Amino acid sequence: MSSRRSGGSRMSDDQIADLVSKLQRLIPELRGRRSNKASASKVLQETCNYIRNLHREVEDLSDRLSQLLASADTDTDQAAILTTLLI
Amino acid sequence: MNKYNPPRMNPSSLRSRFATRFLRSLSEINAQKPTASSSSPTEIFRRYRRIKVAADKSMAYSVRSRRTWSRAMLWKLRTRPCGRRSVKTSTIVRKTRHEKQNKNTTTATTTGEDGVVSGVEADELRELVPGGEAMDLYNLLDETAHYIKCLTTQVQVMKKIADFYSP
Repeated sequence: MSSRRSGGSRMSDDQIADLVSKLQRLIPELRGRRSNKASASKVLQETCNYIRNLHREVEDLSDRLSQLLASADTDTDQAAILTTLLI
Repeated sequence: MNKYNPPRMNPSSLRSRFATRFLRSLSEINAQKPTASSSSPTEIFRRYRRIKVAADKSMAYSVRSRRTWSRAMLWKLRTRPCGRRSVKTSTIVRKTRHEKQNKNTTTATTTGEDGVVSGVEADELRELVPGGEAMDLYNLLDETAHYIKCLTTQVQVMKKIADFYSP
């Protein structure tokens, strides 16, 4: 039985390291790198950049949609969109 | 134990839940357009805001309260005024002050195998993930992974819709 360091509230470094690798696999920037782990600090940095990029993409897409929707009839298209979109 | 998955969409997948909700919101937004000036810059900007909120709302509702970040986002969206003026300042100041008191109890730094996870980067991440201010490092990383998955779904669906309507 492994000895606990302090109380039950502190997560072990291993668990943190696992989560960091999990994040690393999600980020395109870091996925292609050498299979060794990137430093935790690098992973967090790239994660922040990636999230910011995604936010920006959402804004750009919202912008695009706001212009496209000006001349769209979304009611009748819904079913069509859903089928093409989600298969 | 071979499960054959027919090539149809899974109606309960995050993707389809989000897409259905979002499309419904888009219909509502479209139905509200004033006939005269639906292409004026002001109208377009207003529609842009509504679409962006609808995208976030649809995503948060699709995840419901299963995640800390979605709960935080839902809370933020609900306390958002529907009108033009934003009462963000007072609410956020109160919240930040309260959160700051809690910060000392959360573990902001730890030593990983490949070096130290500095508090600065974790804090930067906390600002990007809804509800991050109150999370300890472990939960922050866990929530971030899920948040990223949902964001990419959001982007993919929105892209497909935009492509559908592009000439």
